[in-house]
Amino acid sequence: MVLFIIFCPIIAAILIMVGMPARKTALAASVLTFLAAGFLLASFGHGQSGFQHVTSFTISREWRLSFTTGIDGLSLIMVLLATIVTVAAVWFAGAIERYENAFYACLLFISGGAIGAFASIDLFFFYAFHELALIPTFLLIGIWGSGNRVAAAWKITIYLAIGSFILLLGLILLYQSVPAASRSFDIRALQTAASAGQITADAQRHIYLLLLIGFGILVSLFPFHTWAPEAYASAPAPAAMLHAGVLKKFGLYGLLRLAVPLLPEGARHWTNLLVILLLGNIIYVGLVTIAQKRLDWMLGYSSVMHMGYIFLGIASAGILGVTGAAVLMFAHGLSIALLFALAGELRQRTGTLVFDELGGLAKVMPFAGLAFGFGAFAAVGLPGLANFAGEIMIFFGAFKNGWVMDSFHIFQIATVLALWGVVISTVYMLRAYRKMFMGTVSERWKQLLDLRLALRVPVALLVGALLCYGFFPQSFVRVVAPRFRTYLSANR
Amino acid sequence: MMRITAPELEIAVLVLGMVILLVETFATKIDKRILAFAAIAGLAIVLLASFFVAPSPSPDQATGFWSFYTADRLSIFFKQFALVTTIFVLIMMADYAPVVRRSFPGAAPQSGLGEFLTLPIFTCLGLMYLVSAIDFVFIFVSLELVTISFYVLVSFTRRNPITLEAGTKYLVLSALSTAFLVYGIAWIFGVTGQTNLYRLTEALANPAINHNAALLGMGFVLVALGFKIAAVPFQIWVPDVYQGAPTPVTAYLSVGSKAAGFVVLLRVLQPFLVLPETQRLVVLIALLTLIYGNLAALPQANLKRLLAYSSIAHAGYLLIGVVCFDVRAVSFYLVAYLLMTLLSFAVLIIVAQQTGEEISDFDGLARRSPFLAFAMLIGMVSLAGVPFTAGFLGKFYIFYAAVLQRQVALVVVGVLTVGCGFYYYLKVVRAMYWQSTTNIAKIPVNGLSRLAISALILCTIWFGIYPQPILDALKR
Repeated sequence: MVLFIIFCPIIAAILIMVGMPARKTALAASVLTFLAAGFLLASFGHGQSGFQHVTSFTISREWRLSFTTGIDGLSLIMVLLATIVTVAAVWFAGAIERYENAFYACLLFISGGAIGAFASIDLFFFYAFHELALIPTFLLIGIWGSGNRVAAAWKITIYLAIGSFILLLGLILLYQSVPAASRSFDIRALQTAASAGQITADAQRHIYLLLLIGFGILVSLFPFHTWAPEAYASAPAPAAMLHAGVLKKFGLYGLLRLAVPLLPEGARHWTNLLVILLLGNIIYVGLVTIAQKRLDWMLGYSSVMHMGYIFLGIASAGILGVTGAAVLMFAHGLSIALLFALAGELRQRTGTLVFDELGGLAKVMPFAGLAFGFGAFAAVGLPGLANFAGEIMIFFGAFKNGWVMDSFHIFQIATVLALWGVVISTVYMLRAYRKMFMGTVSERWKQLLDLRLALRVPVALLVGALLCYGFFPQSFVRVVAPRFRTYLSANR
Repeated sequence: MMRITAPELEIAVLVLGMVILLVETFATKIDKRILAFAAIAGLAIVLLASFFVAPSPSPDQATGFWSFYTADRLSIFFKQFALVTTIFVLIMMADYAPVVRRSFPGAAPQSGLGEFLTLPIFTCLGLMYLVSAIDFVFIFVSLELVTISFYVLVSFTRRNPITLEAGTKYLVLSALSTAFLVYGIAWIFGVTGQTNLYRLTEALANPAINHNAALLGMGFVLVALGFKIAAVPFQIWVPDVYQGAPTPVTAYLSVGSKAAGFVVLLRVLQPFLVLPETQRLVVLIALLTLIYGNLAALPQANLKRLLAYSSIAHAGYLLIGVVCFDVRAVSFYLVAYLLMTLLSFAVLIIVAQQTGEEISDFDGLARRSPFLAFAMLIGMVSLAGVPFTAGFLGKFYIFYAAVLQRQVALVVVGVLTVGCGFYYYLKVVRAMYWQSTTNIAKIPVNGLSRLAISALILCTIWFGIYPQPILDALKR
């Protein structure tokens, strides 16, 4: 089943390149994988913390390298996120003028690569699948992007290439950090070795730093974030949806999968650094976001800013904060995909995303206005939408962490500052909403049509998932938490 | 089963070369391209036979022939490597034949083509001897066989002034490097009284000998080998010669000559590893090569020149493997390098005959020939080091060895230069897929080239996913 979910998009992509009708095949493949992921969720054995549906093919006995896939709670929800966003992105793509087949093939490659990375239990393939997804992203931005697409494509290419090679070094070092006899690319074997204390504290510190920088570049952690807004502003909407919504979560997923459970000592050592950087994400990038005058740039910066919260949850290294981080990853993936989809649609209809030129659009496009409202409020963290559940868990988890009665620990200070981030994001989101959808309609936009019925389906899918997990976060936490409980109890 | 010994492979190649030369001389009326196909078939048979040769490491105290010729796994592997390279180069040469013909205006239509197609067989012979050589004298002789045949090949289309310039440069600098080699060998022989590499190891372990003098000799040998593998600061010749030489010859230079150079480097350095200065020296060269090759490649607009600088850059990554003395990592990287470089050159040859060698000549190739564009895409992403291609695994093994030995400087510079690599390799991808062009004529690809390119694409991806066959072939 897991193999089907990974390879269905990839095989469909190859078929499309060979000449199958692009849009139909892509849509069929993405819906099929979505259904398969739903089936996986339904048949998921709750309460178990290990990997399920494991299949394994040995590649190299000598290196203990094997192509092993399987899912646990964490990877299940990431796969689910990937399949939902893929369906929405493919649905939204519509007709493409140039190289339609290549466009859809790229989308499916991103999707398959991301799912493969989330479902791999083997370090090597975990890394390789992610890289497989990166190349089509560059192509999508470079070929079909808008604005300063070539510069944006170069920037993201070089940033992410260096980031992933730093990550690779970290992974090699991790592989080598256990004694030669028990070296393995299998994450489960590494977990056993880590629990047995075979990774020395010194090695943990080095590896954690490399992983933090490597994953940090991929997730746009504060000083390495400059590639993101530009790339998202230039990318065609489906590419921005898939990258900001799904692929970027790979870095966070990697930290949750590797850094938190395997390197507790490293995490402890670098906590202060991480907290300072993530405050840079929340406060500094938040203020930059307020200054934006175009919707696409604002969304790009806001997605960078929200990574700060997730990093806060990861840094807290407590069960509450980490689970909150997982919930927020999922929720942010849905909400940012929704916002980018609507932004792309608006750009196509109006030809501009500059706030000052728009206004009163909710009168002519009520459905789009409503959907955008859902996305914006989700991003702000309004209760009832999935982001709220994640953020509140992160704030409580982080505040509780390191709590001493008579003095404030760095985590308390950081949490208080991060709470201001909620205010910041309210400011920019509401302002954007007011400027674009409220007020009087100018003559230029009187003729605009609302979203077609066909386009309402993916929007409804994303909003529905946001609401569903907003009102019932417990169903979500039940899937994810057992995994973290084993990690974090093993470390304490 | 019939028993074949390693030296018989070289004899077979020699006979093949002679026969084809004779046919070329006396059968004047045939289409000379048939010679290429005959040579390809002959080399393929030798390649097949080479799999039945049982590797036998020569004993340390071997005498006679076996004291300068070894048939260990490494040498058998690289004999096969040389044969495969030559076969692909001959396929490219058959494609390139019209250009050679055009370069001799006024002469008979077939003149010169025969030699052009026969010489690579002798180069291949030299390469096969070179990878087996464990004695300085034998290394020198086989290296000369390779180099002299390259003198002719590089300047083959001599009416073209750029080619002539390339030929002269290669001749002068190559002769200079040979002089260094001989001088170095003389020093080493003078100090230790040995030319055999195994006995040299014993001799160097003796504390009574003058280590500084031996190091000086080793330094001279390193200069000569640095020239062959295009390591900085002996790389000056590379861009001009690569750009000026006929393209199949450039491919041959950059793959065959370099691979053999690395095998010799590994063999020659082994005795000297007891001296701590050796490693420091190679680290320095590797750092310079990585930085120079990658930075100088950034602004290139001519694809052949870009590939020349990329060849320097890859020499840098290979040198990281040499520093760590990981023979398997180096060998795997060379295999990956063979696949992706030949792939790029094969596409370049076909496209260059239609438009040109500038990167801008590749604009819109995706529309003109999706097959060639895809092949070039695979070649470029593999050269850049994207997973699921052989190029990535090559880098992976190299970095793995470097991290294991804590070569911090090399690893840091290596990672940063990989970032540069992404920029200049994807520049070609950008031209093919992102730029539009007014020229929309389709580009024809003949059957044999299509087969060869497909095979290279498949192998690049296959070894990127399943490298075990290569690693097993080298396992001791």
